[in-house]
Amino acid sequence: MLLGPALSVSAVLFALGVAGVLVRRNAIVIFMCVELMLNAVNLTFIALAQSLGIAGQIFVFFVMAVAAAEAAVGLAIILALFRHGRTVNLQNITLLKG
Amino acid sequence: MPATVLLFWSFAGLAVLSALLCITRKNPVASALWLVVTMFQIAALFVLLDAQFLAVLQVLVYAGAIMVLFLFVIMLLNLGRGGASDIRGPAGLAVATLLAGALGLQLFIVARTAPAGTPGASQMALAEQAEGMVGVVARPLFTTYLVPFEITSVLLLVAIVGAVVLAKRQL
Repeated sequence: MLLGPALSVSAVLFALGVAGVLVRRNAIVIFMCVELMLNAVNLTFIALAQSLGIAGQIFVFFVMAVAAAEAAVGLAIILALFRHGRTVNLQNITLLKG
Repeated sequence: MPATVLLFWSFAGLAVLSALLCITRKNPVASALWLVVTMFQIAALFVLLDAQFLAVLQVLVYAGAIMVLFLFVIMLLNLGRGGASDIRGPAGLAVATLLAGALGLQLFIVARTAPAGTPGASQMALAEQAEGMVGVVARPLFTTYLVPFEITSVLLLVAIVGAVVLAKRQL
């Protein structure tokens, strides 16, 4: 019954996450926008699980586990970057530029 | 309009609004707190879509653990106080809005073509009545999806080791 609306809402949330990644320069905020995109996808999985069976909910479970691992490693990388250059602004991080 | 649909749209509206506030606030702490609000609204949507157990997990793992980790790092790096805005200039803003808008429109059109859900009680709701809220997720997780579940535990171990190695100055 709520499948169509749920898919539309998750499309809007995913687009907002993409907009955040493109607009912001702060590495941590960009990382949070990636989490928002993961959440939008989770919403899609759960909306489709309602009529297509439990597999969607199981996938959301795995997405959450992977997101937790990703957050731990990603934030450690951001900490290491900050320690190296005293900034998390992606404009000022140009280590790979020749 | 049934109460469920009304509730769904109010939570969905709040989720979109707080996500919008999350990506436009200058202060990273405010951004993180608005993202927590978004996650709570999404948890409410999970309940309305017959995924009560995952709604609890959403609040515990996402709003509870992951976002606290984010806030901890923001405050550890002392990024909470003002300073220059990290939002791109007008040109970057226009390009980003255009790209995200195009993507959103495409996803929206794809979502429109989805078949309408079956009216009445969903398959999930019936299964939950038969097996219980946790049982309906736990049984396939520990039978059909046992191998992916075990691999996830290895993944978490790797993440722990990786985080420690990265965060330590020298081993």
